Amino acid sequence: MAVCIAVIAKENYPLYIKSTPTENELKFHYTVHTSLDVVDEKISAMGKALVDQRELYLGLLYPTEDYKVYGYVTNSKVKFVMVVDSSNTALRDNEIRSMFRKLHNSYTDVICNPFYNPGDQIQSRAFDNMVTSMMVQVC
Amino acid sequence: MSPSQWDFPVELCCRPMAFVALTGLDVIYNAVHRAVWDAFCANRRADRVPISFKVLPGDHEYPKCRNKRTSYEWHIPKGILKTGWMNKHLNLVPALVVVFYELDWDEPQWKEKQSECATRVEIVRQSLQGRNTKVAVVLIQKKTPLPPGKLKGQTFIESVKVCLRLSLKMRQLENAFYEHAQTYYYTEIRRVKSHKEFLNKTTHQLLFVRHQFKIAFFSELKQDTQNALKNYRTAYNLVHELRAHETNMLEIKTIAGFINYKICRLCFQHNTPLDAIAQFRKHIDVCKKKIGSAELAFEHAAWMSKQFQAFGDLFDEAIKLGLTAIQTQNPGFYYQQAAYYAQERKQLASVLCNHEPSVMYPNPDPIETQTGMLDFYGQRPWRQGVLSFDPNDPEKEKVGILALQLKEKKVLHSELIITLLSNAVAQFKKYKCPRMKSHLMVQMGEEYYYAKDYTKALKLLDYVLCDYRSEGWWTLLTSILTTALKCSYLMAQIKDYITYSLELLGRASNLKEDQKSRIEKNLIKVLMNESPDPEPDCDATSVKSSQKLWADRVSLAGNNIFTIEVQDFVPFVQCKARFLAPSFHVDTPVQFDIFLKADCPHPLRFSKLCVGFNNQEYNQYCVVEEVYQKNELFTQGMLCLTPGKTKTFFFKFVAKTEDVGKKIEITSVDLILGSENGRCVILNWRGGGGDAASSQEALLAARSFRRRPKLPEGEIHWESLTVQTSTMIISRVPNISVQLKHEPPALMNEMYCLSVTIQSHEKTVAKDVKLTAGLKPGQDANLTQKTHVTLNGTEICDDSFPALLPDIPIGDLQPGEKLEKTVYIHCGMVGTRMFLVYVSYLVSTTIEGKEILCKCHRDETVTIETVFPFDVAVKFVSAKFEHLDKVFSDIPFLLMTDILSTSPWALTIVTSQLQLSPSMMPADQLESYVENVVLQTGESASECFCLRCPPVSSGQTGVATGSYAVSWKRSSAAKSIPVRTVITLPHVIAEGIPLHVNADLPSFGRVRESLPVKYHLQNKTNIVQDLEVSVEPSDAFMFSGLKQIRLRILPGTEQEMLYNFYPLMAGYQQLPSLNINLLRFPHFTNQLLRRFIPTHIFVKPQGRQADNASIAAA
Repeated sequence: MAVCIAVIAKENYPLYIKSTPTENELKFHYTVHTSLDVVDEKISAMGKALVDQRELYLGLLYPTEDYKVYGYVTNSKVKFVMVVDSSNTALRDNEIRSMFRKLHNSYTDVICNPFYNPGDQIQSRAFDNMVTSMMVQVC
Repeated sequence: MSPSQWDFPVELCCRPMAFVALTGLDVIYNAVHRAVWDAFCANRRADRVPISFKVLPGDHEYPKCRNKRTSYEWHIPKGILKTGWMNKHLNLVPALVVVFYELDWDEPQWKEKQSECATRVEIVRQSLQGRNTKVAVVLIQKKTPLPPGKLKGQTFIESVKVCLRLSLKMRQLENAFYEHAQTYYYTEIRRVKSHKEFLNKTTHQLLFVRHQFKIAFFSELKQDTQNALKNYRTAYNLVHELRAHETNMLEIKTIAGFINYKICRLCFQHNTPLDAIAQFRKHIDVCKKKIGSAELAFEHAAWMSKQFQAFGDLFDEAIKLGLTAIQTQNPGFYYQQAAYYAQERKQLASVLCNHEPSVMYPNPDPIETQTGMLDFYGQRPWRQGVLSFDPNDPEKEKVGILALQLKEKKVLHSELIITLLSNAVAQFKKYKCPRMKSHLMVQMGEEYYYAKDYTKALKLLDYVLCDYRSEGWWTLLTSILTTALKCSYLMAQIKDYITYSLELLGRASNLKEDQKSRIEKNLIKVLMNESPDPEPDCDATSVKSSQKLWADRVSLAGNNIFTIEVQDFVPFVQCKARFLAPSFHVDTPVQFDIFLKADCPHPLRFSKLCVGFNNQEYNQYCVVEEVYQKNELFTQGMLCLTPGKTKTFFFKFVAKTEDVGKKIEITSVDLILGSENGRCVILNWRGGGGDAASSQEALLAARSFRRRPKLPEGEIHWESLTVQTSTMIISRVPNISVQLKHEPPALMNEMYCLSVTIQSHEKTVAKDVKLTAGLKPGQDANLTQKTHVTLNGTEICDDSFPALLPDIPIGDLQPGEKLEKTVYIHCGMVGTRMFLVYVSYLVSTTIEGKEILCKCHRDETVTIETVFPFDVAVKFVSAKFEHLDKVFSDIPFLLMTDILSTSPWALTIVTSQLQLSPSMMPADQLESYVENVVLQTGESASECFCLRCPPVSSGQTGVATGSYAVSWKRSSAAKSIPVRTVITLPHVIAEGIPLHVNADLPSFGRVRESLPVKYHLQNKTNIVQDLEVSVEPSDAFMFSGLKQIRLRILPGTEQEMLYNFYPLMAGYQQLPSLNINLLRFPHFTNQLLRRFIPTHIFVKPQGRQADNASIAAA
């Protein structure tokens, strides 16, 4: 399960960041922010590929000693970043992929809300619950 | 222990090379020897064999070889690897000793020299007793060598392996040395391997590692890197098989680190970077958990940090040698990780080494050893060579740990961390990771802050702030700003302090309300020239010194005015400037609003608001100032901003008349906080407000569909406000009317009359009225050349007249006065033209109690089509009105002109005139028949002129006819002057004819009445003409006269033929046809003849003879 999940706007500012409360929140903000370097690079490398054949899942962005950072970018260039504990070897690529897909669906629901303004901070409770369900449970 | 305890030893990091000692060389005093030495050492490039040479004296004492052990049974090793071993084999024990000796083959004292050389060799061999080191002799000779065959016979020294002259190539000599060295290392490897069988797994575990390491190291010396790598790998696995305990953990980790370093280094050397990375990962994963003694946990962090740093260095070195790294796998990550461990080390040290100042460093120093060095790598100095897992002397152990902890306390951790971070920054910069770079710079800044180097900290933090601001990561921004604020507080940098406070109070900061409130209070203190309260969590001693600094600042009456450009960050006051309209007439005041909104927790009062324009003269009109006492800072006032509420300031001023047509732009908005007697902060917005975050907010607000809640009267939604920083000043609306009267379309070449009526509706006198009329500029250049405008309609314009008449003075117009002006336009070409009529005048008005003289103007544009007034068609016909392709000389023909009116207006043809060219003669009077004829649209007027063409010289075919001039005018403009239009007539082809026949006959005949017909036959040639004439009978006529005749006509003369025709039938009858046959001119046919003479005649019926009276009556 993830320790931090973030949604980043097309313009690269955060729309939503949630991390496990036990850890230093600021650290995760930095981790997510720095991972955008790799996301940007991957997106620009992908630009040449056809739009409809594009893979939204960006895979492992970069590994640090303690965490693995995964990325996902929607067609409207909204980015999802997930930070997973390095020691969590049980999490396979496929599971990460399906988690992202779940996240994307939930994000789509948020966007579909007529009272939500694209570009605003996400404050949806449903989205929040969904993210919480994907996070490491802290007892 | 030195602070660089964690650094790898030099002998580990260098590239091992075969060690060859050179003896018998006197490099200082002997030039030849010097040359030999230089040849070996100077310019050693990569293509030469890897040997490290050293000059040693002939009697040099090499390290003694210990007695060979015959059995390992009772031997217990004290450690894994001796500290001196690598150095010994790199620099002390040579693989080959070369004895240089000067000896020529023809040396006279051969015997003595020979034995001296033998002695020298013997000394070296003595010194190397027990070692496998080879000894070589090189003879330095001055003469050419004897043939090689003789050389073989020289066996006077049994150990001579090499005997070459200096004149031989150095390379060959070197290669020979190298071969021997390799053999030496090979035997060394064999020797070490041979020990293996004596070892047993229980007592000699350490030796397994040591021997494996030695084999690998010798392989490296032998330049067999593949085997070296293989052996190092084995050694690495063996290290981890050792039984680890707290007491030997450091030793195991140290050796593991060494071997790992070697493996990674060789992997990079073999260009298999992935293997290197994999090995390193494995190494880290295995060792991460091997912390060892908890009291010395910082040592583990330091060791980890070193591992990462060393790998980063190796990686970086490999890149310099041509390896390519990528964004996600570059040395930066390793330096970064090294920095993290360095930070962890610092943290652990601060916890573990947190001794009372009274705790003294133990004496005697337990870390000090007798030699100043350890015997084995990674052992504790106070219990070297002790293998038991339990410290046999707990007291000694304790003292030792204390000594290490106190030592650690003195380490400048921040410096280490910053170095590592800056290494990482340099790498990430290279691999396109701007955000990672910023992040590391933040960490560097924070580290500088901990190291109390606030200037550097602030510099770094300030540098990255804009990156986070521009990307809108407010949490990170707030965190950095908080540190920056602390730095600026501790340095008492007033301007920075204020700037960071402004932003921390703003909407981009997500500090808690109480924090904001504290910062605001501090800000107000600073503004009132007092010292602010210290920031929380600051170092106590630093706070003390900074308080002193602040006190100095207060007493120092220096520059207390700070201008802060707020455009580039997100201050707590937002500003928007908006002109009420995109343009203002010069006779109305320019109006605009300045909106201000504060985001700070408490209301704040400003002292002054001023607006700057591109024309600075207006600045004076747009100032709001409020004087208040110090204690009134929070009380209500005009310039007091309540948090969250939008305040509007309305301004108006009268624009200058010079600025008509120009843009007025707000270039700056200055909001002044504080007063002159305290400290004064000028918040300066370039342009009409806005800051680093406002453009994004505006975009979001524009996208928003959300309906904004209704606000109480007088309040405004900040988001709904747009910025409008410029307005145009446009001239006053004219109060006159301009009417144009004309009759389009214009006819080509006529003086087209355009009448302009100007009427003033002004209440005062319109002064200096000027009229500009003519072709509107910016049209086709041809039109400009072919259009002329004049005020004088009585003469036709020529090319000297302009296309536009500018600024015709008209004088003053009284209120209500009407004035008419006529302009004549001459269009020399058909087409559509745009004409401009522009009336300008001056009028004085009063606005806002100010009298201004406004320039007003009104312009009218009219599009006029120009058309041809008429078409003239010309044709040539014979006297019989038959169409003529060509005319015959001297024979009259007719020219017919046809004027077809195409004008929509009635035309009056004043007169017409035919002007003949000299080659054309009139046959009768050429008077005009169309004088004063009026033509309506589509009507035409025709004329007919009888002309004759005199004989032309042969060869000339076309004959100019002349021109036809028509003078005309519009029927409606009777008084205007006529326009003369000249049409050039076409050329005509003239041809000579040999014989001309014309007939004299009455215009009609009557049945049964004689009809006399006379044919004139004229010879037009210069020769006598023979001709046959015959008349063919016709049914309608009887005739008398010569029916068939042959005759001759002299040149230029004429023959008459007389016939009497007697008509038999009434009606249009064919005459008996005259046929003429010219014998000299067979081309002269009857066909041609028919052109000249009539073929038919009208015959009237016979009237009743008796009824003459009735005829007379009719």
